Amino acid sequence: MTGTMTNADREAAEQVRDLPGGDWPLWEVFTQSGQGAPHEHAGSLHAADAEQALQNARDVYARRGGVISLWVVPSGAITASSPGESGPFFDPGADKAYRHPQFYKVPRGVRGL
Amino acid sequence: MTAPSVVPAPPEAPNALFELLQRLGDDRLVLGHRLSEWCGHGPILEEDIALANIALDLIGEATMLLRLAGQVEGQGRDEDALAYLREAVDFRNCRMVELPNGDFGFTIARQFLFDVYSVVLLDALTHSAHEELAAIAAKALKEARYHVRHSGDWMLKLGDGTEESHRRVQRALDELWRFTPELFATDDIDHAMRQANIAPDLGVLHEQWEALVRDVIDRATLTLPHDVPSAPGVRGGRQGFHTEHLGHLLAEMQIVARSHPGAKW
Amino acid sequence: MPQTRAPGSTEDPAMTAAFEARIAAGESIEPKDWMPERYRRQLVRMMSQHAHSEVVGMLPEANWITRAPSLRRKVGLLAKVQDEAGHGLYIYCGAETLGVDRAELVQQLLDGRAKYSSIFNYPTLSWADIGVIGWLVDGAAIVNQTVLAKASYGPYARAMIRICKEENFHKRQGYEIVSTLAAGTPAQKAMVQDAVNRWWWPSLMMFGPSDTESPNSAELLRWKVKRKSNDELRQRFVNLTVPQAIAVALTLPDPALRHDEATDAWISGPIDWDEFHEVVRGNGPCNRERLQARRAAHDEGTWVREAASAYAARQRAKQATAAA
Repeated sequence: MTGTMTNADREAAEQVRDLPGGDWPLWEVFTQSGQGAPHEHAGSLHAADAEQALQNARDVYARRGGVISLWVVPSGAITASSPGESGPFFDPGADKAYRHPQFYKVPRGVRGL
Repeated sequence: MTAPSVVPAPPEAPNALFELLQRLGDDRLVLGHRLSEWCGHGPILEEDIALANIALDLIGEATMLLRLAGQVEGQGRDEDALAYLREAVDFRNCRMVELPNGDFGFTIARQFLFDVYSVVLLDALTHSAHEELAAIAAKALKEARYHVRHSGDWMLKLGDGTEESHRRVQRALDELWRFTPELFATDDIDHAMRQANIAPDLGVLHEQWEALVRDVIDRATLTLPHDVPSAPGVRGGRQGFHTEHLGHLLAEMQIVARSHPGAKW
Repeated sequence: MPQTRAPGSTEDPAMTAAFEARIAAGESIEPKDWMPERYRRQLVRMMSQHAHSEVVGMLPEANWITRAPSLRRKVGLLAKVQDEAGHGLYIYCGAETLGVDRAELVQQLLDGRAKYSSIFNYPTLSWADIGVIGWLVDGAAIVNQTVLAKASYGPYARAMIRICKEENFHKRQGYEIVSTLAAGTPAQKAMVQDAVNRWWWPSLMMFGPSDTESPNSAELLRWKVKRKSNDELRQRFVNLTVPQAIAVALTLPDPALRHDEATDAWISGPIDWDEFHEVVRGNGPCNRERLQARRAAHDEGTWVREAASAYAARQRAKQATAAA
């Protein structure tokens, strides 16, 4: 069927193929399950553009209800921390006891703290 | 030879509300059935899921409408009796929905023309004097608004996609166009329902529909067909005059139910 | 697959040992974590087979959507088959986290290079098959997937958790159809018994060959991709299912089936593994039809996917021009 595409079409389609996921790029889907709840990662899917990604996310990840908001993000746009560096990256946060309320003593009998 | 002693009784006055509910219900049952034929055969997994969702909405709407139709008729028929035990000539859907699916372009073009029709009609029916019908319309309207977002987006993608997709969807539009006047043709049933404030003036809806359709068609770089039949034809699906396709569709749909009279499923 | 180096040839033994230790400690492996190439390849193979099975598995059931005998059955079945598409999608996406494209995996299926569950190469011949598939085939799948939800690879386990939640209704729907038919007219009873006769043994084969014969089992168990052996899972399924058959007065087509008082287990007779291997080799009743249907859908969808890509690219180009 590619034979029926014009040069402009082919050029356009090739840009898409550069993206991960073949013909249609991959998107990550985040769903919010109630007022005030955070958006949580639900999974991913393929779509040609953002509108289609939203529609597909609705049908794939919200078809049983219980979702009040959706985010879709091109998978390539996500930068993740590297597991190889997880030691230097996260461990320094683990021994800062003074960031947690239990670190501080409160005189007996005092409430509301 | 004497003159027949029995004068045939005048045909029973048709129950206009029963007719209207069958028209609304059968449109959705038959189109939902056609869409369900795509299940497992869609162009990509995501779209398979989307088409099934729309089919489920439509069959759900048909179930409510035909249930109400059976109650209005008062002959003890429920939604399944109406769906599975009527003959093709007793179905009241428009002919567009019974046409075979064709390619994805044809399916989408038909869906788009129907979805826009559905939105304008259901929107008007939310003001129906018949409370139960108004409630069903309100629920169905939400679904139809999503359906038109889906089919409208695909009209843009196919119309303004590749040369091939443009050609295919334009051909589908050209083929389907002659079936569109039937959506807005009025007969005695429509007049009676309008008089009773149960259903809207289809003529007014026609203008709204065409404006909405034209907007998307233009943006999709497609052209509206010119050879529009000015009159919708004398009789169509609303009066039981269907294409030959409906009989085959029903033969398949009804085979199991009819093979076991009285059985429960 | 992007990497093809032989297992162990260039991999640092210390890395491998650390990986094995993480598995032994019950840790979850995530996409960016280091993993032995062999683990990655086994997962891609297993997850893609699983995803293909979901998608091919739509076909025998979709065969009856247009003939479902009531509106309630029609929406129930359509929603179920739609779920299978969703489940295939979740698992493909899980496999994609291992650096392989869905398009590539799908191509392997269409070329006949990838396997899928043999059960879907059997035909659906009556409406009762829809009930029996939901009850037995989904029942067997749930037994499998409940355990896979604890698999060591995070994305696979998470897909399984979502799938198990959704599949609860599949088995109940199937059993409801079966019990309705079993309590129905003589013709309906005969129809459902016939379906049970045809689907029982293929359902038992779904768990795969006995562990002594299964080439991949030991490694997958050690890496906690699989958590129970094929035979253990098969036995669990038989124990669950026999009482359900008795409850609706259906006979399972196994004259050797007996209850073992000591272990409180139902012991089935020998499985005809020749039939299993024939179907796996491509000689089942519907192997050709299933692949032809998938190929047709893919080929006829090409112009549609291309159109959406071309449209999206043109819109992006327009936006870029407008922004410049």
